[in-house]
Amino acid sequence: MRRTLAISKRVTLELIRDKRTLMLMFLAPILILILMKLVFSANTTVDVKIATVNVSDSLVQQIDKMKGIKTVDYGSKESARSSLNKENVDGIIQTKGNDFYVTYANTDPSKTAATKAALNSSILVNNLSDLKKALTKIQKQMPNNLGINYSSNAKPKIHNDYIYGNSKTNFFDKMLPILMGFFVFFFVFLISGMALLNERTSGTLGRLLATPVRRGEIVFGYMLSYGFVAIFQTLLIVLFTVYGLGVEVVGNIFNIVIVNVVLAFVALAFGILMSTFAKTEFQMMQFIPLIVIPQIFFSGIIPLDTMAHWVQVIAYVLPLKYSGEATTGIVMNGQSLLTVINPILILLLFLVVLTGLNIWGLKRYRKV
Amino acid sequence: MTTSVVSMNNVIKKFGDQVVLNGFDFEIKPGVIVGLIGPSGSGKSTVIHVLLGMEKAQSGEAFVFGNSMPNRRLLGRIGYMAQTDALYERLTGRENLQFFAEMKGIEPSLIKKQIDHVSQVVDLASDLDKRTSGYSGGMKRRLSLAISLLGDGDLLILDEPTVGVDPALRRSIWKELHRLRDNGKTILVTTHVMDEAELVDDVAMLIAGKLQEYGQPARLKEKYHEDTIENIFLKVESQNETNVSHI
Repeated sequence: MRRTLAISKRVTLELIRDKRTLMLMFLAPILILILMKLVFSANTTVDVKIATVNVSDSLVQQIDKMKGIKTVDYGSKESARSSLNKENVDGIIQTKGNDFYVTYANTDPSKTAATKAALNSSILVNNLSDLKKALTKIQKQMPNNLGINYSSNAKPKIHNDYIYGNSKTNFFDKMLPILMGFFVFFFVFLISGMALLNERTSGTLGRLLATPVRRGEIVFGYMLSYGFVAIFQTLLIVLFTVYGLGVEVVGNIFNIVIVNVVLAFVALAFGILMSTFAKTEFQMMQFIPLIVIPQIFFSGIIPLDTMAHWVQVIAYVLPLKYSGEATTGIVMNGQSLLTVINPILILLLFLVVLTGLNIWGLKRYRKV
Repeated sequence: MTTSVVSMNNVIKKFGDQVVLNGFDFEIKPGVIVGLIGPSGSGKSTVIHVLLGMEKAQSGEAFVFGNSMPNRRLLGRIGYMAQTDALYERLTGRENLQFFAEMKGIEPSLIKKQIDHVSQVVDLASDLDKRTSGYSGGMKRRLSLAISLLGDGDLLILDEPTVGVDPALRRSIWKELHRLRDNGKTILVTTHVMDEAELVDDVAMLIAGKLQEYGQPARLKEKYHEDTIENIFLKVESQNETNVSHI
């Protein structure tokens, strides 16, 4: 125990003296969060310009009424087409008989989707108003006692109520709980891996193992100090997102810290394990695209149930999936630790297995 | 055999196909300085690693203080200095010493006294509170030696302690080693500087994975009718080569 404390003290001291790395761990996540907030909170309405050929006036007017959509009338398909090629317009709607022929530039899928939606709803609205006109006509020809009075039938108003957040809640809010875990995982994985790699290459690990220290004491010493760092990092990220970015956290902040500290332990154990497969710091960096980046895809940022079944299976072996699940539950649904105990238990299982592997793996450097 | 501090019996150590130690026998009596010499790559460091339990021999046994190695607890009684300085460069000299003192399991109340003592021995007392990243090569070497002296181990294993050290410092390190020996310590030093081999009590020559010659420098000089250890070493080495070519 004394040695574990001494090792964690030494690791922490080294980390604190490395100002640049410290800045990276604490300021880089803040910077990235600010940028993401700005990017994802940007005006999400798209501006689409549609060329119309032979489209009825009433429909063109209706399309024009749509938010963010503008129409330009073209005499022929050819001139519209050349405009499309010059990227002056984003799509062409042509009427031939009763049918519509739409050509999309499709360079921006959101514009394509907006065009489709605008056309569909415009046709619907147009049909409805035709229907309405016909109905009023019929009504006028009918005796009044039928009791149907269209004009008094006011348009229903929709009242919105949000369980989480408000009308401004966007993709950023969905990503945030997962991102917090990602930052913790990424930095702890990389920095602890590098630290142990350095101990190995500089010979201090050999010297350390030439003392009566237990292999487990080394691993636990590292855990203690990086757990400490993870607590501060998570607190900073959570407090900044809540008070700096105004993101709503429904659940208890300390539950988030607990989940992230467990995740940090997993990241640490992972980093130490991977460092044994790296000969240089650059080789350690090579694990980022292999181990860190894929986790983002399966962390829940993209809903897992939309993926093919065999792809979903991959997610089950990635720790970030479980931390994402737990923090999302706490942040967005206000769940208690007990409700999200399953993903936490799985993280702990990861931890036990990886830590065991690490203690065993140090046998490479000393046989007892 | 109980009187030997170090004893290795017929140790065979291979790395893959490469045989580094091929039936290595070695004894060190208490209270002597033994110089292990051999060409670079001959396995001097491997001998040390087997003794410390960092490597396990494929066959044969290594004993330290009569106990079979690897043995974790025994490491507290051995002072070890590796070829590389192996210091935490972001820490000061004192913090390095403090850390390794704790790792060795020295009584907390004795640590400060020990740090003062070993830092005086290597003449670093006035630089202890500077970060080691600012130390010169010689200072790092001295701090590294000071760390191995912590815990007052009965056996010191020093892997090339004087590499990259200027002559004055080298002389003072050897003076200190002699003083430690006179206080009853047993010291194993590897070196490839032959004139250092004149300063030890016993010379052990490791050639082709075997202990080819072992004895007091004066006795070896008599035996081979040579006046320097270097000449003896070259003679033994060439004899060994002709032996090998005869096989």
